[in-house]
Amino acid sequence: MAKRIGIEVSIALAEAVKLANVDVIAAYPITPQTHIVEHLSEVVANGEVDAEFVPVESEHGAMSCCCGSSAAGARTFTSTSSQGLLLMSEILFIPGPMRLPIVMAVVDRALSAPISIWNDHQDIMSQRDVGWIQTFAENGQEAFDLTLHAFRVAEDRRVSLPMMVNIDGFTLSHVVEAVELLSQEEVDQYLPPFKPRYRLDPRKPITMGPVGIPEVYSEAKVAHNEALKASKKVILQGWKEFADLFGRQYNPVETYRSEDAEILLVTMGSISETAMTAVDTMREKGQKAGLVRIRLWRPFPGPEFRKAAGKAKVLAVVDRCLPPGATCGPVGAELRSLFYKVPGSPKIFNFIAGLGGRDVTVEWFEEMVEKATAFAKKRPKELYEVIGVREK
Amino acid sequence: MISEFEKFKRFKAKNLPRKEMLAPGHRACQGCGEVLALRMAMKALGENVIVCMATGCMEIITTPYPQTSWKVPWIHIAFENPASVASGIESALKVLRRKGKVSKKHIDVLAIGGDGSTSDIGIGWISGAFERGHDFTYICLDNEAYMNTGVQRSSCTPYGAMTTTSPPGEKSFGQVTWKKNVPGIAVAHNIPYVATASPAYFLDLMNKVKKAALVKGPAYVHIYSPCPTGWGSAPERSIEFAKLVVETRIFPLYEVIEGRYIMSRKITKPKPVEEYLKGQRRFRHLDKEHIDHIQQRVNADYEKLIRLSEMT
Ligand SMILES: Cc1ncc(C[n+]2csc(CCOP(=O)(O)OP(=O)(O)O)c2C)c(N)n1
Ligand code: SF4
Ligand SMILES: [Mg+2]
Repeated sequence: MAKRIGIEVSIALAEAVKLANVDVIAAYPITPQTHIVEHLSEVVANGEVDAEFVPVESEHGAMSCCCGSSAAGARTFTSTSSQGLLLMSEILFIPGPMRLPIVMAVVDRALSAPISIWNDHQDIMSQRDVGWIQTFAENGQEAFDLTLHAFRVAEDRRVSLPMMVNIDGFTLSHVVEAVELLSQEEVDQYLPPFKPRYRLDPRKPITMGPVGIPEVYSEAKVAHNEALKASKKVILQGWKEFADLFGRQYNPVETYRSEDAEILLVTMGSISETAMTAVDTMREKGQKAGLVRIRLWRPFPGPEFRKAAGKAKVLAVVDRCLPPGATCGPVGAELRSLFYKVPGSPKIFNFIAGLGGRDVTVEWFEEMVEKATAFAKKRPKELYEVIGVREK
Repeated sequence: MISEFEKFKRFKAKNLPRKEMLAPGHRACQGCGEVLALRMAMKALGENVIVCMATGCMEIITTPYPQTSWKVPWIHIAFENPASVASGIESALKVLRRKGKVSKKHIDVLAIGGDGSTSDIGIGWISGAFERGHDFTYICLDNEAYMNTGVQRSSCTPYGAMTTTSPPGEKSFGQVTWKKNVPGIAVAHNIPYVATASPAYFLDLMNKVKKAALVKGPAYVHIYSPCPTGWGSAPERSIEFAKLVVETRIFPLYEVIEGRYIMSRKITKPKPVEEYLKGQRRFRHLDKEHIDHIQQRVNADYEKLIRLSEMT
């Protein structure tokens, strides 16, 4: 039976991997991902799960090893952060088109320079187009549940794509929360064994990763993109069945007090909890504020987002990433493009906040709502504003 | 460990496997020594193998989708990482076998890289896989430059050789560094089996590859592979050069079994290096002084190797 216990979120996530009866874990340590792989090493060493833990020499090696393992038909997991994710970058683009359903937990962290171990989304946003299914967890329960969901969706033969679950470094990964862990029987009920469509097998030799000459390259890229887009059906199905079995329903986007809201904050990840508090505070003051939180980032759930945004007149979109020289943050740009020339669409303002571990407070969310309201009347010069930066 | 391959009856001209694992019709240049070595290696291994290959000539010429030359399962991920991909496959097979999800039958795992992949960009990945002790074989197909990208120098390019990034000129005589001792680096990992081979000695090559696969744990085979296109040599002379390189002591053939150096072929009456160097455009610009220097260094290196074989 499910039990609700106080547990560090990293450990809860690692427990989900263990309960998934993972076959191969290849990982390299980097703060703040370390507790996940330490715990996995421990459960493998203790025989709590029959798996191979490959202590690779780098993150590039980790992702390369995962590609091999997945191609050989093993349920495969890795986890990383920040510089580690970037060192993987070359290989991250490869399992998508090769349809290798690797599952990865990305513990989001800032990028050098200056070196920072603290949380933001610059690492993952720099890798947003690697062609993986990408979800963002808000709390410990989600981190646990989404990890199981990731194995199920990634390995589904209709999908067969790599999938990552993002959790915010420290602010989520290192926090002790009350999490309801599922039992082995429950997990087994939800997650069938991995039966790959193709695998490296001398009895049925196949060539994986051949040269894509111009006559076939575009088709290969389009096929991958189509598969990624089509995965949404299976993602939703996976969540529905999760709800049927365990009572927790997940959606591509979540809303909070949004029904009659005139202005909506848009967030991703763990700052959403603070944003909810901010919404409550503003509501008490009579402001019609609400929140939309994006859980599914790739494939981007356009129709769901439009529906969630409802009749709101203004969106205050929060990015945890500052792309130098760009017109605005990545989430801001995504939504602007989603609503471009859509009749009756909301005005979109983009705020960049919480870089390198800077707390995004209730007050700052209030400031964003205030500014966005003002901007809606008088268009600002810039397409985004960085919130919470000292002048000196 | 060693007993595994002690039992192995060597390939002889009479019992050569008939099956080819690498189909003809690939896109290699005429006289390509690399694809020849690869074909022999695959013949030695047979069909019960999974191949991980680095980006490079052999990858390109064997798999222009929708065609493939491979009759065994084959995977390419990137340039620097076949050793890591092999680590993943080996680990997967190990656990899946334990869990009863694949047959108990042993499958050889083979990683293949060119000299550029092996000696330069991928060396850390190989070191990691050797250090972790995966049961796999790594073959380096050494044509002494980055051929796939148009003959740039690697750290396996020989001293004095002309490549597109080590051009001789007013202030240079070509490659200024000596060939990196990659087999020595492999030996330093204390892996059970290391060997050098040349396609001119095809039985020796095939036996070494087979032994490498039979040994438990990591094994490394460094195969000298003539490249007429990159070297400016006549395609029909590839085998001749593959022989001369051994007879001049430039590329000695040996095995290192559990740290013990064993000479496969002692060259008692070496031919002068000049005989090897001439006939290859890449060495054409070298003057007597350079050739003498190469001769001295070859002598010294060979003596060092003989001492190692006597010591161990
Ligand atoms: C990360 C990366 N850097 C560079 C390249 C370009 N590249 C592809 S093959 C190759 C050279 C291969 O040389 P080698 O390993 O000696 O194999 P050969 O083609 O000579 O058989 C290079 C530089 C690449 N594919 N990936
Ligand atoms: S360039 Fe050299 S190694 Fe490459 S296919 Fe041609 S001969 Fe073989
Ligand atoms: Mg080469």
